[in-house]
Amino acid sequence: MAILIDENTKVLVQGITGRDGSFHAVSMLEYGTRVVGGVTPGKGGVQVHGLPVFDSMGEAVQATGADCSVLFVPARFATAALREAADGGIGLIVCITEGIPVLEMLGNTRYIREKGARLIGPNCPGLISPGRSKVGIPPGPIHKPGAIGVISRSGTLTYEVVYNLTLEGLGQSTCIGIGGDPVIGTGYIELLEMFEKDVETEGIVIIGEIGGEDEEKAAEYIRRAVSKPVVAFISGRTAPPGKRMGHAGAIISGGKGTAAAKVEAFEAAGVPVADRPDQIPGLIREKLGG
Amino acid sequence: MKIHEYQARQLLASYGVPVPAGQLARTSEEAVHAAERIGLPVVIKAQVLVGGRGKAGGVKVARTTTEVRDAADAILALSIKEIPVKAVLVAEAVDIRKEYYLSVTVDRAEQQVVCIVSASGGVDIEELAVKEPEKILKSHIDPLQGPDEEALRTFLSEAFTPALVDQALATVLNLYRLLIEKDGSLVEINPLAQIDETTLIAADAKINFDDNGLAKHADVEALRTEEEYSREEIDAKAAGLSFVSLDGDIGCIVNGAGLAMATMDLIKLFGGRPANFLDVGGSSSPEKVLTALRILTRNRHLKAILINIFGGITRCDDIAKGILIARDRIELPVPLVIRLIGTNEKEGRELLQQAGLDAASEMTEAVKKVLERAKAGR
Repeated sequence: MAILIDENTKVLVQGITGRDGSFHAVSMLEYGTRVVGGVTPGKGGVQVHGLPVFDSMGEAVQATGADCSVLFVPARFATAALREAADGGIGLIVCITEGIPVLEMLGNTRYIREKGARLIGPNCPGLISPGRSKVGIPPGPIHKPGAIGVISRSGTLTYEVVYNLTLEGLGQSTCIGIGGDPVIGTGYIELLEMFEKDVETEGIVIIGEIGGEDEEKAAEYIRRAVSKPVVAFISGRTAPPGKRMGHAGAIISGGKGTAAAKVEAFEAAGVPVADRPDQIPGLIREKLGG
Repeated sequence: MKIHEYQARQLLASYGVPVPAGQLARTSEEAVHAAERIGLPVVIKAQVLVGGRGKAGGVKVARTTTEVRDAADAILALSIKEIPVKAVLVAEAVDIRKEYYLSVTVDRAEQQVVCIVSASGGVDIEELAVKEPEKILKSHIDPLQGPDEEALRTFLSEAFTPALVDQALATVLNLYRLLIEKDGSLVEINPLAQIDETTLIAADAKINFDDNGLAKHADVEALRTEEEYSREEIDAKAAGLSFVSLDGDIGCIVNGAGLAMATMDLIKLFGGRPANFLDVGGSSSPEKVLTALRILTRNRHLKAILINIFGGITRCDDIAKGILIARDRIELPVPLVIRLIGTNEKEGRELLQQAGLDAASEMTEAVKKVLERAKAGR
């Protein structure tokens, strides 16, 4: 089962003729993702690694029947590309692009939702259902098919956690990087709901970080509505207030968004919080009952 | 990005928001001239990018020329939260009848712009939010439709008297326009001062901008004051590195912000203190590693450096090349511990081995090792 993507997901790469877009189109193909083409305005008709390139998303969707798109376009073109994907009828839009202004994202998330599409990101690594499909940039070989769902605000920290899970024999159903920006398309709660319903997923790992109150809200949701075992990790316990720690969303301001508050919220909801990434497999195994 | 009050009030004025007369002064002489031009009494206000300047003695009222000179001299000699005051704003002292709070900002949880108003202005809004949350009123603005004037008017009527509502509404619309047009993250007037029956004026102003929006606005970028950042932070930014100085002694070079924070946390967990946050970013070139090491080794308190790389877009061999180049070009005064895993790990390790360096593959192991070596000094 997995969630959001599987072997049938047909993917278009927006920005396929760029350096990152073309590199990762190949990487996705090699992993087994059904990449069906790409879009770069003005480059329609050419081919990249045997994939057809279209001028617009409308054309590309019509020609390929794609239901998913992944964006590698530069930040200044991202708003237009996101809205074009939503207008083109894409159901799942995955935005890897980093550096999109927050005010543009306020309009974009709303626009995409009103078109009935789902956005993952921006400023995220994308997602992977191991052994079936990956949409975005996670390194394939560290993953392993299995029953753990992973939701994370981070990129490389997710790889660190997944690597530890795989090392301990705990495969993954789907791993999703939701993005490090203050305004993102899909948050913890919607994904928790999907993992709760997914018959293949037996346990869930949440990787949060300082900033905002999404982890606190996720903890409250877990307490009410998630029956599957959940383990959490929070990065940024040593971060000073008022400083942006790389991600636009990772900032403690006005006394809000501290790691301590998030750890406390998870623990109050019965979700153990690991002190170290390499403790996560042990904690989830304990919760799964051996 | 933050800007000074004197810059914020200029920007507000250009958006049609009334502000008291004011002028920037870098010496007490200039302050006296400014006061003569504006007319006494005046308020002398330190221009620094940190909060709490009132409590630190950075704001004084002056009624005579002598008082202006003394106040300016006193404030220009201050350091507020370790930041030396280099300039003061000399502003017309308005006769305030009542103080309001007014701001527009991004509500990340609701994914909308929010307008925040309080009839108890002039105080720290974050303190007020904790102590008397009922005194803070909020109204959201739809990101696709923009402001609904009638709804805003009704909302503002809860805080302002009928004679002031029109002006309050005009002010909110102007603040919103500024926020949207310049990619602001916060436009705040505190206090918004009522000076007579029908007039509101921005007696203080604070504007923050979204760093992601700066590329679109050269005029905003031009307002940047480097005081907000350490020398190292400025150099790191120029090299495309994300860097924050901390007060510990273990230097960190990591790829990815989340992993960089987790690395700092792990150092702390094992009893050490991180000297910095440093994210070399994706697709890091060897030069970035060299620059990162150069910036880190300027720190005199440094006892050891940990490089923690989980290759994804970043390739381990690029990192290894950077480390080898750095070894040739700069002298590393402290022990270096490397952890490499992920994309092109094998190639990276081979490069390091040829140069007599080894790398850990587990993060916990690497953190323990860097703390041992910091202690041993080798």
